[in-house]
Amino acid sequence: MAQRYRLSKGGRIDRDRLIDFTYDGRKLQGYQGDTLASALIANGRHLVGRSFKYHRPRGFLAAGAEEPNALMQIGTGARTVADVKATQVELYQGLTASPVNAWPSVKYDLGAVNQAFSKLFPSGFYYKTFMWPHSAWHFYERVIRSAAGLGKAPDKPDPDFYDKRYAHADVLVAGAGPAGLAAALAAGRSGARVILVDEQPETGGSLLASRDEIDGKPGTSWAEQAVAELRAMDNVRILTRTIAFGYYDHNWIALLESLTDHLAEKPDDVPRQRFWKVRAKQVVLATGAIERPLVFRDNDRPGIMLANAAQSYVNRWAVKPGETAVLFANNDGAYQAALDMKAAGIQIAAAVDLRQDPSGPRTEAARAAGIDILAGHAITETQGGHRVNRIKVAPMSEDGKQLAGSGQTLECDLVAMSGGWNPTVHLHSQSRGKLRFDSDIASFVPDFAVQAERSAGACNGTFGLAAVLAEGETAGRAAAEAAGFSPAAANGHYKAASDGFTPARWLWLTPSTKPVGHGGKHFVDFQNDVTAADLHLALREGYTSVEHVKRYTTTGMGTDQGKTSNVNALGIVSEYRELPIEELGVTTFRPPYTPVTFGAWGGRDVEEFFDPTRKTPMHSWHERAGAAFEDVGLWKRPWYYPKAGETMHDAVQRESKAARESLGVLDATTLGRIDIQGPDSGEFLNRIYTNGWKTLKPGFCRYGLMLGEDGMVRDDGVTACLGENHYLMHTTTGGAADVLAHLEEYLQTEWPELQVYLTTVTEQYATAAIAGPNARKLLAELTGDIDVSPEAFPFMTFREGHVAGVWARVSRISFSGELSFEINVEAHNGLHMWQTIIAAGEKYAITPYGTETMHVLRAEKGFIIVGQETDGTVTPMDLGMEKLCSTKKEFVGRRSLTRPDMLDPNRKQLVGLLPDNPKDILEEGAQLVETVRPEPPMAMVGHVSSSYMSPTLGRAFALALIKGGQHKHGQKVYAPMTGDKTIACTITSPVFFDPEGERLRG
Amino acid sequence: MLLIPCPYCGARAENEFGYGGEAHKVRPETPENLSDGQWADYVFMQKNTKGTYHERWVHSQGCRRWFNVIRDTLTNEIQAVYEMGETPPEVDTKTYL
Repeated sequence: MAQRYRLSKGGRIDRDRLIDFTYDGRKLQGYQGDTLASALIANGRHLVGRSFKYHRPRGFLAAGAEEPNALMQIGTGARTVADVKATQVELYQGLTASPVNAWPSVKYDLGAVNQAFSKLFPSGFYYKTFMWPHSAWHFYERVIRSAAGLGKAPDKPDPDFYDKRYAHADVLVAGAGPAGLAAALAAGRSGARVILVDEQPETGGSLLASRDEIDGKPGTSWAEQAVAELRAMDNVRILTRTIAFGYYDHNWIALLESLTDHLAEKPDDVPRQRFWKVRAKQVVLATGAIERPLVFRDNDRPGIMLANAAQSYVNRWAVKPGETAVLFANNDGAYQAALDMKAAGIQIAAAVDLRQDPSGPRTEAARAAGIDILAGHAITETQGGHRVNRIKVAPMSEDGKQLAGSGQTLECDLVAMSGGWNPTVHLHSQSRGKLRFDSDIASFVPDFAVQAERSAGACNGTFGLAAVLAEGETAGRAAAEAAGFSPAAANGHYKAASDGFTPARWLWLTPSTKPVGHGGKHFVDFQNDVTAADLHLALREGYTSVEHVKRYTTTGMGTDQGKTSNVNALGIVSEYRELPIEELGVTTFRPPYTPVTFGAWGGRDVEEFFDPTRKTPMHSWHERAGAAFEDVGLWKRPWYYPKAGETMHDAVQRESKAARESLGVLDATTLGRIDIQGPDSGEFLNRIYTNGWKTLKPGFCRYGLMLGEDGMVRDDGVTACLGENHYLMHTTTGGAADVLAHLEEYLQTEWPELQVYLTTVTEQYATAAIAGPNARKLLAELTGDIDVSPEAFPFMTFREGHVAGVWARVSRISFSGELSFEINVEAHNGLHMWQTIIAAGEKYAITPYGTETMHVLRAEKGFIIVGQETDGTVTPMDLGMEKLCSTKKEFVGRRSLTRPDMLDPNRKQLVGLLPDNPKDILEEGAQLVETVRPEPPMAMVGHVSSSYMSPTLGRAFALALIKGGQHKHGQKVYAPMTGDKTIACTITSPVFFDPEGERLRG
Repeated sequence: MLLIPCPYCGARAENEFGYGGEAHKVRPETPENLSDGQWADYVFMQKNTKGTYHERWVHSQGCRRWFNVIRDTLTNEIQAVYEMGETPPEVDTKTYL
């Protein structure tokens, strides 16, 4: 029968809007306004999951974010979402859901055999069982992972998109229950910019589930009126379906707004979620409280839920979570749940009360309503396969440690339990506010704030509606005032009930007929299947700190992060250790409060928007030429230019050969360029670079090596002296930003007396490097005003004039080892220059080459690439560049070069490697050994930093860093590869080609 | 995400800034006169204060200028900012056990 457990009236649902949904393959119906949880209960579905470890049948424990059991797989295909709490899913037309941890079905779950072997699964079970033999873990892990998995991740890319938004607020109010609404009203009326957020689709918080009155009208009506007033204020923004999940430094609050999850049709133009980053001057936390379960024997059967959850299902969603209920409580407030259930037609079999002498206004009201109260009693046992159907109760001894006398059996299909309330202090704690243990409510409450925040209402340990409203009002006013506003005097007080949930009695562990661990299970953490016996075991084994207990038993982990279990676990640990809870401390609350989709963190910064892309002015030509591109920093650089049918290897061999034999051209635009001017710029370069600069005359270039203060190579490049006190520094492509920052830091912090001005001009130029024996001939054809003869234009100089009809600065420098000219033009002329070069070079079979060929050519010459031959641990001496380090002047990093470690002859040093088999190309990063053993460990003496096949040498070759390598030329080293293969190599000089440099100087 | 009051631009979010470690470490004028140990102290060692700490920041995504910050490293309260080369302003020195 459809919605058999729906009450005939009441609830915040729209009975005119019937909604069809599918659960576990069955078609069911609910109403607009339902959660998946309330709709399932309306249909009598209480078995909604299997527990994580023992696969025990589980039902709903809660009605909100704290739900540990009812984890669902929602939707299908690319939009499927795993491990969502059914209590947080709004029902929509066509929703499909299934439980996550059951196979083949939640009713007949094969994993339930684990229950029979539960003695084999104590805390620390995995550590104890599967770590021997060590090598077998890989096998065990596979089996365990498939058995332990919860939901399934989608196997297709996320079809949705996500937004990020920044906002500022004078007062941010987290939570729109009674305290939050009162706070927002007080702050909003003062004119402060207020952002009010609530995770629920509608505001009202606890009022939505209660029958309490405010100012003589239903709490829900008061809430509606409050929201209407707030909505009318221009300075107030209300965000529903928005959870404040993270509280970071300086009042930086992260919110997650859900926009389409509750819609049947997902609009194409609306993001699924919006990630808000709010900087608030003041924050009011009004996040409420979460009810605490009682820890008793077999307290996890479907049909056993928190009293407030049962009350919420009845009042807010008009569903009956059972026909016959037992209230099991330790406090007065829980009796209201019994009264509300009774008013909805649920029979109350009894109220089992841990208190010896139950009292309080709600208790009295229940007594007056004829509810049978069993004082000083405990539930000692529960029965029922897929749903609780019977419980046993018995009187306890006065101290509550054991039973006193035989009990009785009660038939019921619902147990509503309440162990008191835990203030939701997560955000306060995330903000690094301190907590203190409040023995009146046996829980943690905010002590003092570290940031500009204050807690109000239940999250502050204040219970009783009148006090909650008053505290919210006060907090809102105080926050507005602290943010610089002047709230008007309050107009009267809110009139509401004044009682909290006490008096109460704190018994952390309910006795049963057998000792803990010897019959039944007393669950503390439902999601992770952690029992009181597990906690005792951890303590017996010496894990006494709460942080250790948490990690050893997994209490408080998982998607609910211990929202219902943490304080109970502390209570049990405290009793066992006979230490007061306040001396145990609490585990740290960390963001996020509830799980946050990765997509929301990424926002729009994904795919092509993940990083900016930098392209040279010649990029379109490279694309047309079919270049494969490589990312270098943010730049897209041509990697190689494959012709039809060519592999990368083929292309690189062809390109390399062309540059060595006739003419190649490389787009070198991406090199970093820093313009340096000022009367002290020569002195500055002298201090920054290892070599001397004072002698460099205008028109000349010099290679420079830059170190960190630790003596390690940091960057290199050629700097040209453009004129008196005017230089142009070139940096590596990827290092430009870091080098500029490095230079600026020294100028501003160490040598402010130097008059030097730095300007980054990387984007102002486009550069083509022509290289090869025909480079000079080509350049001569392209310029009318630059004398290119070797005498007039020697190596390491530059000339300015015109190339291809446009202004150009041509540097005769070489990174290829060939006769080479780098032609720099204004960026907007780059493509023109390039195309002119290509056209004119046709007669020399000019061949564009990419970064891979550039690497081959430079490696043949033994030229290093910073970041490839160096890794932040390489000195100039390691690279054989000690001659570049002046002994006549001070420079950054110099003093470090004489530290004892730097003089160690056994440091890793740059060498060349020739594999014995000329066809063996070593893998870059391969480790090298001098003695090969059958299996690791082997003593490593170095690693391969660059490795290529050289058409010029006709063989494979590599550069490597090897301990003491400069004195090991001619010796053998070996690179053990995966499988049985080992590549034997001979250590050589790192310069393989034209060691005298005749070609580049020619 | 700290909110850092750049002395030149005003309060900006932390991700606009770069961190420069301990402030008022002066680069020795004649490093060659330092022992290996003294030099290593300068290059590698920084105070690790719990409480009031003088440190350097650079507004990399803004004015690109370096400045000093006095920050309580426990609470992240920024107690003062001042320019490079300035004498640190007087603040309450926060210390913790």
